[in-house]
Amino acid sequence: MNGVHDMGGMHGMGPVEYESDEPVFHAGWEARVYALVRATGALGKWNIDAGRHSRELIPAAEYLRMSYYEKWFAGLLDLLLKSGLATRAEIAQSQPAPGSHKAVPPLTVEKARTPIGVAGSKREKGAAARFHVGQQVRARNINSTGHTRLPRYARGKVGVIDRDHGVHVFPDTNAHFLGEKPQHVYSVRFPARELWGEQASPRDSVHIDLWDDYLESA
Amino acid sequence: MSGHDHEHQAVPSDLALRVKALESLLVQKGLVDPAALDALIDTYEHKIGPRNGARVVARAWVDPAYRQRLLTDATSALAELGYLGAQGENMVVLENTPQVHNLVVCTLCSCYPWPVLGLPPVWYKSAPYRSRAVIDPRGVLREFGLELPEDVEVRVWDSTAELRYLILPERPAGTEKLSEDELAALVTRDAMVGVARVGASEVTA
Repeated sequence: MNGVHDMGGMHGMGPVEYESDEPVFHAGWEARVYALVRATGALGKWNIDAGRHSRELIPAAEYLRMSYYEKWFAGLLDLLLKSGLATRAEIAQSQPAPGSHKAVPPLTVEKARTPIGVAGSKREKGAAARFHVGQQVRARNINSTGHTRLPRYARGKVGVIDRDHGVHVFPDTNAHFLGEKPQHVYSVRFPARELWGEQASPRDSVHIDLWDDYLESA
Repeated sequence: MSGHDHEHQAVPSDLALRVKALESLLVQKGLVDPAALDALIDTYEHKIGPRNGARVVARAWVDPAYRQRLLTDATSALAELGYLGAQGENMVVLENTPQVHNLVVCTLCSCYPWPVLGLPPVWYKSAPYRSRAVIDPRGVLREFGLELPEDVEVRVWDSTAELRYLILPERPAGTEKLSEDELAALVTRDAMVGVARVGASEVTA
């Protein structure tokens, strides 16, 4: 979707604000939100792409106003409701509905402490690669109303395949539970001037990781 | 760039209460174990952070064979040191040189290599950095205090997929006699994102 989260190249967001000796979390509730998102994610009712999309669906003005973990909290509520893990009434009252059953075992302390065992997005098999390293490609002009990882600033632009990262889950379908549609992801090198015109340095470039379906030969 | 107080803490006063209420509900429903939440928080507050990445960089600086493995198969090379896990399943390490400066961003959200750098700082997740790093990397770097000569090539890496990027900064001159641990102490998070260099001025030995 052409949401406000797709920020590459926008002006007017102000200077980068830097905090020295920044803590990992700025408040206790931020830490709890982070952990709740991780722990409920481990229940397997949604995937990382659906998680990202839940935050993209926050209305634009709200998205810009909210702090980072506020967005995570809003996204989590959306995921809980859509997955059926909780109802609006339960959330409003902080009480399980009478007779609601405990269907899934929660993430254990042991698993929370073990970083290994995460599935990741890479797959052994998928669609054959349509492009190869060194090939010139154009990012397609696709304006999906759902989840996509093809940023607007790349659409219609020509670049060169720099690396083939192998086969990965396709977020555009996976976010909507329409299947993993595994396919190749490439690092595509776009000259800065192709993206931004003459004002950019002739030496510089932006590398964007793009799925096979986002590309056409050029 | 300024170090003034953050406005992002000015959240609605009931937010902490709403989060607490949600946690209580999910615990009652058996969907989360509060001890597992504590363990997750403890892990990212105390165990996983940029010191991991600094150890990787120092190892690469003293061990050419490790450096080579890191640049050709980063995920396996990082696994050698035990740095695996969520948001580090598919790693790429990029080397900064006097001719090429690499910089990492996630314009669409906040993708960041957790096992080696921990959770990202607020500025990395902020609209100013996400919007400007791709269109004006040299201007952003200037705000971080890094002025790059015109003849240095800037490569920006937008983390749009599940690849996660770690920058291997240049080893500063005058550090030949430092031990691996002393070298690791010089390496900053910012240098491993590519918004800073490891400065010779930081060398004290």
